[in-house]
Amino acid sequence: MIKFEQVEKELGGKTVLNGVSFEVPKGETFVIVGLSGAGKSVTLKHMVQLLIPDRGSVYIGDDRISSASGKELERLRLRFGVLFQSAALLQWLTVFENVALPLREHTAMSEEDIEQTVLEKLSLLKMEDAVDKYPADLSGGMQKRVGLARAIVMDPEIILYDEPTSGLDPVTSRLIDGLIEDLRQELGITSVVVTHDLHSALAIGSRIMMIDNGKIVENAAPEEFIESENETVQRFLESQYITRRGEWEKGMKNHAG
Amino acid sequence: MKGTASEQRELLDYLDLPIRSFRRLGRMILLACHDMGHALMMLGSSVLYIRTAWRPRARREISMQLYITGIKSLGVITVVAMFTGMILALQTGLELRRYGQEEFIGSAVAVSMIREMGPFMTGLIIAASVGSAIAAQLGTMKVSEEISALEVMSIDPNRFLVMPRLVALAVMMPILTVYTNLLGILGGGIVGSTQLGVAFQAYIDNATRFAENKDLYVGLFKAVVFGVIIATVACHEGLSTTEGAVGVGRATRSTVIVSFLLVLIIGYMITRLFYI
Repeated sequence: MIKFEQVEKELGGKTVLNGVSFEVPKGETFVIVGLSGAGKSVTLKHMVQLLIPDRGSVYIGDDRISSASGKELERLRLRFGVLFQSAALLQWLTVFENVALPLREHTAMSEEDIEQTVLEKLSLLKMEDAVDKYPADLSGGMQKRVGLARAIVMDPEIILYDEPTSGLDPVTSRLIDGLIEDLRQELGITSVVVTHDLHSALAIGSRIMMIDNGKIVENAAPEEFIESENETVQRFLESQYITRRGEWEKGMKNHAG
Repeated sequence: MKGTASEQRELLDYLDLPIRSFRRLGRMILLACHDMGHALMMLGSSVLYIRTAWRPRARREISMQLYITGIKSLGVITVVAMFTGMILALQTGLELRRYGQEEFIGSAVAVSMIREMGPFMTGLIIAASVGSAIAAQLGTMKVSEEISALEVMSIDPNRFLVMPRLVALAVMMPILTVYTNLLGILGGGIVGSTQLGVAFQAYIDNATRFAENKDLYVGLFKAVVFGVIIATVACHEGLSTTEGAVGVGRATRSTVIVSFLLVLIIGYMITRLFYI
């Protein structure tokens, strides 16, 4: 579905991605983890051409998005929904108008249909009571939920999540984790999640990739990831008190409960 | 190169400062050219999007920008315009009185206002109030990823954000300039009649006799150009913002400085083009 081929990127004189190659299979939840500044968000931004690689290519299906422009780029980007780290809601529009924006811009739907679709997506996120509020009146968690409603309103094939649970309380974090999982199971949506939260990554990811200093140090299924012999991965696991598979499985049971 | 190694090093040290200064100057020129090219491309793209201005969403945004540019700036423009006319009348009136020619205050104030001071003062006020606000708003949107969000939703910021502001400023600037001109002339008339002993009717008669249609057209042309300049500079600075809150402050300051300079320089060039 998404393919990186030897992608290199330098920002401010520093190599952020150094020959990165990987594939995100269709219908999977692919989680990218790593320390701050490791290149996770930069990787995500390459998928929707918010950044262009210095070398290498990024493909969405058979289309090379890294060199697309004009209508072609517009068409490819419409296959995505993106939840930004800061939610990135337009401050002068209400919650309803923010979520309705992509529908109004890209479809010929009637206002009644738009209203119905927007309310349906907002109720999925338990935000239907906030339709007339402005983003400034909402908490960080509520803004993220509205951002997620906007990301899924066009029923995209792929959703990118940049730190979806950062700064959220544990209950809201689990709500978002659950929604990412539901979208994969029920609609077969491909998701790419960038996160620091390994507990969340292990719970929702079908594959976990770790980036360190612009290079991939591990790319494996969750159960293999926690058994990884790689020192960087081990240190990262230990930093979040995930040391042995047994303990992780016990933790996941509590998490699910 | 002859001489010992230490002499060569001394010579290089001696040349280091001018070389560094020259390099810095070259880099600044390249950066300015890059920024100008980027701003002109943004302007071109936004002008092409004017064909979409009739759409309901764009109409609503343009109306909002017209309101912000026009109605919200009216207070400060009223005060500045009145006092500009009053100062012009007082200064020229006192000088003309020495020669017993104070009845010509009307023409002096009207011609100065319509040709130069009206569009110039309006341009400065709009650059400082509306231009800086546009740069701050777009800059904040840039650093909080709202611009990126628009891009990934395949909504071109040039159409969604820049075009409505460009249209609003290009439309509102000449209207505000006419308002500035009228209030400036009125302010001059008040000073003329109360301080310099020129009857108000005589002042108005003199003002209308000497002011030509060409003065008005050139003044309005300047106003439209200034509107386009301010919108372009403000949107470009806002959309180029980096480095968080510091960057937003920098974009706002640059917008005011660059707009002021361009209003002055382009204003002079237009005057020279039409009057020499």
